[in-house]
Amino acid sequence: MSKEKEMYYSDEHEWVLMKTDNTVFIGITKFASDNLGDIVFIELPEAGNDVTQFEQFGEIESVKAVSELYSPVSGNISQINESVVQNPEILSDSPYEEGWLIQVELKDKSELENLMNLKDYESFLESGKD
Amino acid sequence: MNSNQITNEHHIKKQNLIRKLLMDRSQPGKVGAHTPESDVPKQQTLPNKYLREELPLPEVSENEIVRYFSQLSQFNFSIDHNFYPLGSCTMKYNPKINDEIASLPGLSEIHPLQPEESIQGALKIIFELQGFLAEITGFHSTSLAPMAGAEAELAGMLITRSFHKNNGNDHKTKILITDSAHGTNPASAVMAGFDVISIPSDQNGNTDLEALKAAINDDLAGLMITQPSTLGLFDTNIIEICKMVKDAGGVLYGDGANLNALLGRIKPGDLGFDILHSNLHKTFTQPHGGGGPGAGAIMVSEKLSQYLPSPIVKYEKNNSQNDYSLISPEHSIGKMGGFHGNFGALVRAYSYIKTLGKQGINQISQDAVINANYIKSHLEEYYDLPIKRKCMHEVVFSASNFKKLNGIRALDIAKRLIDYGIHPPTMYFPLIIDEALMIEPTETESKETLDYFISSMIKISEEAKNDPEILRNAPHNTPNSRLDEALAARKPNLRWEKESN
Amino acid sequence: MDTKNFISRYTPNTSLQKNEMLKDIAGVSSLEDLFSDLPSHLINPKLNLPNALSELELRNEIESTSKLNDTPGEFSSFLGAGSYRQFIPSIVRQITSRSEFMTSYTPYQPEISQGTLQAHYEFQSMICQLTNMEIANSGMYDGASSMAEAALMAVRITKKNRISVLKTVSQSYIEVLQTFLEAPEIKIDIIDNSTSLKPDTACIILQQPNFLGNLEDIEKFSNLAKENDSLLVVSVDPISLGMIKPPGDYGADIVVGEGQSLGIATTFGGPYVGIFACKQKFIRQMPGRIVGQTIDTEGKTGYVLTMQTREQHIRREKATSNICTSVGLIALGATVYLAALGKSGLKQIANLCYEKAHYAANLINSIPGYNVVDNGLFFREFVIKCPIPPKEVNKLLIKNKIIGGLDVSSEIENGMLICFTEMNSKKEIDNLIDSLKNIQATK
Repeated sequence: MSKEKEMYYSDEHEWVLMKTDNTVFIGITKFASDNLGDIVFIELPEAGNDVTQFEQFGEIESVKAVSELYSPVSGNISQINESVVQNPEILSDSPYEEGWLIQVELKDKSELENLMNLKDYESFLESGKD
Repeated sequence: MNSNQITNEHHIKKQNLIRKLLMDRSQPGKVGAHTPESDVPKQQTLPNKYLREELPLPEVSENEIVRYFSQLSQFNFSIDHNFYPLGSCTMKYNPKINDEIASLPGLSEIHPLQPEESIQGALKIIFELQGFLAEITGFHSTSLAPMAGAEAELAGMLITRSFHKNNGNDHKTKILITDSAHGTNPASAVMAGFDVISIPSDQNGNTDLEALKAAINDDLAGLMITQPSTLGLFDTNIIEICKMVKDAGGVLYGDGANLNALLGRIKPGDLGFDILHSNLHKTFTQPHGGGGPGAGAIMVSEKLSQYLPSPIVKYEKNNSQNDYSLISPEHSIGKMGGFHGNFGALVRAYSYIKTLGKQGINQISQDAVINANYIKSHLEEYYDLPIKRKCMHEVVFSASNFKKLNGIRALDIAKRLIDYGIHPPTMYFPLIIDEALMIEPTETESKETLDYFISSMIKISEEAKNDPEILRNAPHNTPNSRLDEALAARKPNLRWEKESN
Repeated sequence: MDTKNFISRYTPNTSLQKNEMLKDIAGVSSLEDLFSDLPSHLINPKLNLPNALSELELRNEIESTSKLNDTPGEFSSFLGAGSYRQFIPSIVRQITSRSEFMTSYTPYQPEISQGTLQAHYEFQSMICQLTNMEIANSGMYDGASSMAEAALMAVRITKKNRISVLKTVSQSYIEVLQTFLEAPEIKIDIIDNSTSLKPDTACIILQQPNFLGNLEDIEKFSNLAKENDSLLVVSVDPISLGMIKPPGDYGADIVVGEGQSLGIATTFGGPYVGIFACKQKFIRQMPGRIVGQTIDTEGKTGYVLTMQTREQHIRREKATSNICTSVGLIALGATVYLAALGKSGLKQIANLCYEKAHYAANLINSIPGYNVVDNGLFFREFVIKCPIPPKEVNKLLIKNKIIGGLDVSSEIENGMLICFTEMNSKKEIDNLIDSLKNIQATK
């Protein structure tokens, strides 16, 4: 649970975790992965591409639905998680650790202020908005 | 084990034999069909670079093919064998005479590009069917060119688009769709280039008039609404809704997926609709064929008649052999398919309407609505009924009470019905009802069948409380138990390959 | 027939039973109460429809209507142009008429639809084998709608917004492309052998053999597509693939085609089945119904509809297409046909078409006033130039119980597109030649 406390959250149910001072991991929350059901396919851009805060960067497909992935931050993708692309079930089993999706070099660290902390995210979930 | 049953080992052998794929049955030299020798002198062949080397098709004998497909067929539920209360799909009896008529050589063997004077019979059938459908639904004209309901919907949206453009209203880019409308509607509107806005239902299952009012402004292109809705309810404000949309310059599109409930009872054109489509494979008995073919008819009011997809058939008595001809309306949105629509399905619909005639059409809606309400009345004390009103041709229950109780879901109830020999109802649709079970009996089911269905549903509601595992593991006696859909989507295997077998 | 006391034979409940049922329905005392949500001033309108007919009356009436048509079989026919009269082995109709296949719904419930699902998996397999492509779906509405879906798919994949279509593609297919591509504002460039591609071209669409029956120089277009990072979409006549090189051999990205000639009657244009196959890497962009093999909870092999989440009913406004009904029964017919003909049979059918067409071409070339338009190599269709307008030729032919070819005089002066299949005997062909000669003589 400790890591979840360090994470930032978007209202599209993505999380951000600082890796180094300006590199972050990005993934989707347990709430999102539980709601999607069995995840069958993840489409991510290649490393080297830019992402923009709150804009789409990929797609995630479950047996129930296809959903867009929205980047919680802007920056350049330094790495993608090949193993989660190969075995999407990892995401359901470990959304906060092995199931990370991409690593991004931040363009503007202040964008993190537009995101929620764990406490805010939990009350956001309770308020029933999604 | 009961001694009169075969051993498990032999049961597996039997299953494997039945399910062996054609390529795995193939043996060099087997013949499934003999072809004649050429009766003309040998001709010069094509240059090698155009010729194919291998043709890896199976080699299987004719009788093996017949047994293989006959055994496979027995793995299917079908209307002829089972009750199929699949909501919004109108799985009614498919009359046999229609199939015989559709296979008359004079209808099944004719070529779509024959000169018009040689196909007057075919054109007469299309022309008369255009008229019958316009009359039944209360519209000015009909096109039978769309090859399915989804194509007819798209045609309706393209008509809406062209109509506004031709009238200099390019700014009309917004389509409102009620959340109880048929599921294909949003996709069709988007394919026609519109922005889609969903309009919620109120607590009685009618369109929320306040929300509708708020969404209407100058960029309104039209409203798509299904009547009765996918909740099985007729919107009691429909006249007002039509007026609101029309006053704002919008086109009123009716999805006729549930037309069965209204046949002979009311004409949607009279209510104020501008466009209506009808799925001939639902209301007018074209067999579903394990997923098609279907056919989509589209009916429009006079102001939109010149926008219909082409071709349509025109009649003009001119004392020649060409009274009937194929034409393209002046502002037609164009062709939807390679030829003139699914003629084979049109012939069946024509045969069906002529069989019932003006005397029999309204018996369809009458019996369909009685059957649905009869089911509703007998099951509402066992299953949640989210909207407590009399229904039309279908009734939507919710399994949410069981989900709360012990996690039993609509899916489990549906799968258990298979053990009772009944096809599951439509599940999880409409999306606005949690754990929806949408039941449409149609008019062709007898009271005895409905009573059996009701008693089965009651029994399942008891099992859900007392023996939930029996539902979770259902169905029990099918060729396959529940299948791993996630695996199929993660590691798609879409074709036979040598290595994999 | 007694229409005064008409009772539908498709509604089993008697008035007595219905009255009993009404008594069980709370809050309803009469039939009219059930319909009280409908506006009362519009209810029970007059229906201007003909009287109901008994089965015998109906059959007699429609049979006589059908006789207003000139029917190939009674007439010899040389019409093709996208719809072909081929011999249909009896098992095709027998199997597709089985009510377990004919009266079942789309296989959303896999446990009770394994028959349809496994048959469609067989269809996908055989379409892959026939086209030498990696994957195929279980069929689209027809060849033209397959082509439109291929164009939309190429635009999705390449994110480019125009397509190039060879002018030798069927005009009616091009019209269907226009219908589907106008709203999403995808531009269509009609190109020929010498045109270069515009930069934003998502795909090149060509037809092999082309609409006029000739074989295209595929390599040229395959290279052109590669150079421009465009996809190559090929529309095929599946019978021709019994003889000519399949598109997978020359790098096609998407293969479409009209599947009707695989055991489906011409039926005045439909229902048919569209072929749709593509490269494995495009799997998540492929439209339509797709059947996949999987296992059940006991580990047994079975089949399901897969990747349905991309379809309209789940994804609503973000669907890959709005297709709902497919053409399951027709795809089944094509599957049985391919199984029956098999490796050697399909080759021989292709061969018969080829031989008869070339036999006829040589003879027609020798009739004064006629010639075969030389557009290069052909498979089973070609254009002839007639001495008088083809429309007139056809009027005279029909008096000899011959349905002639398609009038293509809008493209080629006095041109007639003529087609040969295994159904045309040498005697029929010789008779056609004699009739053409006579038409020449009576001019």
